[in-house]
Amino acid sequence: MMTNPTGRLTQGQFSFLPDLTDAEIALQIDYGLKKGYAWSVEYTDDPHPRNTYWEMFGNPMFDLKDAAGVMLELNACRKTFPNHYIRMMAFDSTRNTESITMSFIVNRPAKEPGFGLSRQEGKGRSMHYTVHSYATDTPEGERYGS
Amino acid sequence: MNAPLYSIPGSAQAAATPAPTAVADGGARTVNEVLAQSQVEAVMDELERDLVGLVPVKQRIRDISALLVIDKLRRNLGLEAQAPSLHMSFTGNPGTGKTTVAMRMAQILHRLGYVRKGHLVAVTRDDLVGQYIGHTAPKTKEVLKKAMGGVLFIDEAYYLYRPENERDYGQEAIEILLQVMENQRDDLVVILAGYKDRMDTFFKSNPGMSSRIAHHLDFPDYAGDELLQIGERMLDGMHYRFGTGAREVFAEYLGLRLKQPHFANARSVRNALDRARLRQASRLFADRDRALSKDDLSTIEVADLRASRVFAAAS
Repeated sequence: MMTNPTGRLTQGQFSFLPDLTDAEIALQIDYGLKKGYAWSVEYTDDPHPRNTYWEMFGNPMFDLKDAAGVMLELNACRKTFPNHYIRMMAFDSTRNTESITMSFIVNRPAKEPGFGLSRQEGKGRSMHYTVHSYATDTPEGERYGS
Repeated sequence: MNAPLYSIPGSAQAAATPAPTAVADGGARTVNEVLAQSQVEAVMDELERDLVGLVPVKQRIRDISALLVIDKLRRNLGLEAQAPSLHMSFTGNPGTGKTTVAMRMAQILHRLGYVRKGHLVAVTRDDLVGQYIGHTAPKTKEVLKKAMGGVLFIDEAYYLYRPENERDYGQEAIEILLQVMENQRDDLVVILAGYKDRMDTFFKSNPGMSSRIAHHLDFPDYAGDELLQIGERMLDGMHYRFGTGAREVFAEYLGLRLKQPHFANARSVRNALDRARLRQASRLFADRDRALSKDDLSTIEVADLRASRVFAAAS
């Protein structure tokens, strides 16, 4: 895997960087709040890239002024799911945007087994390729030793 | 496997950038330098100018400001101290300016850098307490999240605690509040407001709350001449003025009204003036062919005040 030498999940912003510290996360959140975004916290234990909709942790937080409120929610989520992937999402409610404008992972499992490439032989010796997360070999809730 | 194998140019691993706060203040050494940087003087002067009376309240706000300024100077010299607890309770009769002062408080604390954003979230029992089991905690937490970085103003806070109903959810809201007031005093300031006697019973039955509030500010009732001053300022703000002799009549009105029950200080003054405006409007309305000048439209005459039922009751 030349594009991702660390074997870490790379989705969303900053995912090729070392993990953000809490202070850095708070700065990002403040940036979003200044732009009028509503933050929400989501978690999952299925890291497949096509797993677009993660579980929501609480409601999206509208009308906040300071990052401390969002950090409160994030820390509560970390406490509940210490070994899950957790990401922050910023929703921009501006007319004609009305979608997620920022998204980055803020918590990952201690050990990320990564993905395997699986091949399927199709008609006429053609090959179909797909990725498969080793983590999802175990049932939901039992992955990553949680 | 999880530690990144690459390094980012210019980033020292592990030594995650701590926010440089102390240096950013410009290393002020004197009180005047801090005041100049924070422009808190402007807010204090405004407070002095705009608010009539309330001497003990203003004095306490000055004390708090002084403490925060000195704290800033200490920090600049590296004398670390825990941030002082600034949760407050405002007690006083209706219409003594509790909400107005709370609004100013948020500004002052923001200028002094004690709260980061300086907005005020004003709530009552309805915003904090839920209607069924499990409803209260998320509701209270949502309000607290909104207030982070600013001031949370709980009006008529004594309603939170209802001793007559042991299954009331208010207690739950109080417990969450207490926890946040204790653990996140850097993030928000809680101001409880209410009438004196009811707040006293509230604090008596919630000693935890009382002990976590460092500043108990009592708002005194206004004296007659202060009320008159307030009334004039209100009129001025609405672009009205007293006609000849009307000021004296209004003073007389206030004297009589003070003796009646349910007097709500500045709020009663506002209501009295609103009623006088009504009477002025119908007086001008009655004379349909008259050309009205700017003066006519902005003057409250003696007759507009004399028509009040307070005078009728007195005679």
